[in-house]
Amino acid sequence: MHDRGGWPSTTPIDRAEHVLADWEMLMDAIVGTLGRRDVMNTDELRRAIEGMPRDEYEAASYYERWLYATETILAEKGVLAPGELDARVAS
Amino acid sequence: MSFVPGSSVRVASRSHAGHHRTPAYLKGKVGTVEHVRDNFLNPETRAYGADGRPETRLYLVRFDQRDVWTDYQGPEDDRLLADVYEHWLESAE
Repeated sequence: MHDRGGWPSTTPIDRAEHVLADWEMLMDAIVGTLGRRDVMNTDELRRAIEGMPRDEYEAASYYERWLYATETILAEKGVLAPGELDARVAS
Repeated sequence: MSFVPGSSVRVASRSHAGHHRTPAYLKGKVGTVEHVRDNFLNPETRAYGADGRPETRLYLVRFDQRDVWTDYQGPEDDRLLADVYEHWLESAE
């Protein structure tokens, strides 16, 4: 399901541009910075996105997938402790 | 094996556990090398924290859409272009 743009459908493709939210631009910047600092690379990001449970993958937007995958990779590498982000957001 | 523009190539039909950049819908399909790209770090090992060496050659391969999708209804001369790494290509000459 990751190597094609979607499933056959009679619904017209939405070609409209949309304005990026602040958090989406921040997500892009975080991934770029982690790459430049050799913490995480694009292939790891893609691998983690492909590892998402299918229902979550299909429900998530583009940058929500980046967020999910970045958290996965940083937890794998021990940069983030399990639950650390949730705890910080809640505090 | 390396290829040149115009080479007839078949995408290997093997399965692969884990991350790889070869689209499932192209596996086993025959196309023509359109362009020889550069060498790149191997994403299949980089995806798991390795350095991706040795680098592997990337090719732009052209397929007839009618060869890719058995029920393709579009114009006969529609093409699909995809980047495929050398270790996923076999000679179909």
